[in-house]
Amino acid sequence: MTNINIISEAQLAEVVASATQPLNIEGRGTKRGFGRPSLPLPTVSLAALSGVTAYEPAELVLDAKPGTTVADIARLLAAQNQELAFEPPDLGPLLGAAPDAGSIGGAIACNLAGPRRLKAGGARDHLLGFSAVSGRGEIFKAGGRVVKNVTGYDLCKLMAGSFGTLAIMTALSLKVLPAPEKTRTLLLLGLDHAAAWEAMTKALSSGHEVSAAAYVPAGLAAALQEERLGDGLTVTALRLEGTALSVADRMAALRALLGGRTEELHTANSRAFWRRIGDVAPFVGDARAVWRISAPPSGGVTLAQAVESIPGAEIYFDWGGGLAWAAVPDTGDAAAAVIRAAVAAAGGGHATLVRATDATRAAVPPFQPAPPPLAALEARIKNVFDPRGLFNPGRMWA
Amino acid sequence: MTLCMPAPDAAVIARRAAIAQVLRGLVPPANVITHEDALKAYDSDGLTAYRQPPMIVVLPETTAQVSAVLAYCTREGIKVVPRGAGTGLSGGALPLADGITLGLGKFNRILEIDFPNRCIRTQPGVTNLALTQGVAHAGFYYAPDPSSQIACTIGGNVAENSGGVHCLKYGVTSNNILGLEAVMIDGTVIRIGGKHVDAGGYDLLGIMTGSEGLLAVITEVTVRILPKPTTAKALLLGFPSNETAGACVSAVIAGGIIPAGMEMMDRPAIHAVENFVHAGYPLDVEAILIVELDGPASEVEELIARVEAIARTAGACYCRVSTTEAERLAFWSGRKNAFPAAGRISPDYYCMDGTIPRGALSKVLARMREMETRFGLAVANVFHAGDGNLHPLILYDANKPGELDRAEAFGAEILKLCVEVGGVLTGEHGVGVEKRDLMPVMFNDVDLAQQQHVKCAFDPQGLLNPGKVFPTLHRCAELGRMHVHGGKTAFADLPRF
Repeated sequence: MTNINIISEAQLAEVVASATQPLNIEGRGTKRGFGRPSLPLPTVSLAALSGVTAYEPAELVLDAKPGTTVADIARLLAAQNQELAFEPPDLGPLLGAAPDAGSIGGAIACNLAGPRRLKAGGARDHLLGFSAVSGRGEIFKAGGRVVKNVTGYDLCKLMAGSFGTLAIMTALSLKVLPAPEKTRTLLLLGLDHAAAWEAMTKALSSGHEVSAAAYVPAGLAAALQEERLGDGLTVTALRLEGTALSVADRMAALRALLGGRTEELHTANSRAFWRRIGDVAPFVGDARAVWRISAPPSGGVTLAQAVESIPGAEIYFDWGGGLAWAAVPDTGDAAAAVIRAAVAAAGGGHATLVRATDATRAAVPPFQPAPPPLAALEARIKNVFDPRGLFNPGRMWA
Repeated sequence: MTLCMPAPDAAVIARRAAIAQVLRGLVPPANVITHEDALKAYDSDGLTAYRQPPMIVVLPETTAQVSAVLAYCTREGIKVVPRGAGTGLSGGALPLADGITLGLGKFNRILEIDFPNRCIRTQPGVTNLALTQGVAHAGFYYAPDPSSQIACTIGGNVAENSGGVHCLKYGVTSNNILGLEAVMIDGTVIRIGGKHVDAGGYDLLGIMTGSEGLLAVITEVTVRILPKPTTAKALLLGFPSNETAGACVSAVIAGGIIPAGMEMMDRPAIHAVENFVHAGYPLDVEAILIVELDGPASEVEELIARVEAIARTAGACYCRVSTTEAERLAFWSGRKNAFPAAGRISPDYYCMDGTIPRGALSKVLARMREMETRFGLAVANVFHAGDGNLHPLILYDANKPGELDRAEAFGAEILKLCVEVGGVLTGEHGVGVEKRDLMPVMFNDVDLAQQQHVKCAFDPQGLLNPGKVFPTLHRCAELGRMHVHGGKTAFADLPRF
């Protein structure tokens, strides 16, 4: 099908206003496999609407067009010792695309956040303002360029996680933050599920400011580091960030608090470890279906047991047990029924099918179906942004 | 005081007694208030310049009662104004002559404290401070801390997306809540999110937060709690000018430090609070900064030393580091009492709430000095400097003819200036009725129409808190026809934000 390459906001508004059929909307196309399969429709690509238009380190704000790669933004920020604190993961490789190719528009539209989500918030918390074209072909803006802002509805939140189904963003203002000076990770080796959860809960309830907490079973730990990690044992990982002295002090305190058999990852090794956790490196390159599950942290053990009972399935946890990534054989419903029942049993939440064959993604709702009153409200919200149903039809729901 | 509100519906007011009778069947009869004297207690919120007794006050006790009341109001076309503690500063809970004020004061119980999941499930009428008090014994707290935290409720905090002095490091309300139960205007009960992070589907939690009671009535909130930092220390810094204080704020942030709080006060504010609470502030300086660092002890020590060095370089002429918890709290006592202190030096004051880029601080303060002369009124400035959130307190006397109008005109000019330098109209107090008519300074017709479309998705009849936030009321059907062809807006050439 045709590709419509957008180079300006005005052109995009014209394209939308004059559209005679629905459109697929994409940034740089690295997460095309996420959600329901695209319909055979013309694709509006934002890849060429790219570039950082303003960056003011002392104001902690950066403006970019949607097609700018996250990698380019990260490089620019790193030169000023700053970063996107929500650690946007690079799901490209998981979904069969090249690494470091994803756009900032796509990262926000999919509301993706990495391990620091539990301390720094998600993508939704870092979009300060935006301009967009609605399904009416109208250019509108919301939010601003400052953190403290309650002027009007917070439409930024709706844009994050809407997968391009509400409006097409043409400019984004993002909150940026100083990068931590030092990072170190404490690895607790060989804990079973119950002990791992106890350790993560203890650590996250302490005053040591743990900025990431993950649990990786023995079979997956090897995929997380160049050298052998975990010695064939389960790995419970806790990250500390801050000034050098503070990190060293807190590491000592954390070891004293938790005890047991431990190792440490310093600086580059720590960064690489968490990047692989966020990018779902353990499941890159295999043929299984991949689920992303958000549930109450305390439900993690229930969830782990349910998934591990499926032959050929594996699961690991981030966000102190609140986020799970599960790989299951891509057959039948890709274990949708088992997993969604387990989420309910774990105290509620949602399971999203992030990777699967087109056939599976067409047969199983990739996004957790909402209860009827919420589904009706979401449909009305879709309708007030895109009354003609032009944007990404079928991407989130049939 | 001229404030144009939607014209009251005389037919509804004429049915007042009958409506009250029906409501007494939906909630315990004693919870329906119609007596004139009793209604007076509800005639304004914290923005006391505007007063209007409600037609009826209803105080439901359960979600089912809220649902029944709202379903009835939808059937009968009766307007509803939700109300928490009534401490809001922008008139968001200002009653309507033909509307019911729905008070959530009886929803005053914490429902569940869940330490393993680090959250509290609570009814909306619980105060902000009570949440922290409920978990303090286990070393936890709820981070957003608006200055009114002893009185304001968590439901109101969600409606206004409240901030506080510590939101520089810990975020505002929307960054700290996980779930909501709410009742739509037609009586439908919805549950959004829960104890997990990131509710699925569209971010309804995000859009509801800060929606100023226009989208749905909140009946339950799940908030995240955090372990209390092991150490907190504050610096009290004095500067010879606003410019040097402003430069210090920027230098701290540029130095890669995000303090827990960074507050500024100018000379008039310093003198007002020092005379009131004797916090020990230096009186021979033009501006003070209170910079608080919290976290692990060694990090706090290290960063205190760095901030002190930055402040000296920036030109600080006074520097004191808190050595005890009592001293740290004394530093804050002045700041937290700045509003009542202003009330002591002036019969009335009008508190503004714009946000500006940090770098524009000294320029904005200088322009405000010019305005003081022009409007013939003085201003004391209290300022969440770390995140650029200004609280100029315009001092006036409502008993002197014309002063209130001048104060309001002055305030509007300050907010326009905030937008002009790249900021926004309101940082944490909300739009309400106060800043409603200034919305076009920041947003064009298409921007505002898109927001009103969202309102229509929740409340197609426009019954929930009408007359707030939006300068022009459009019926939802009308909005649907407002099509701007080809994206050409009235100000197509204006920069977008």
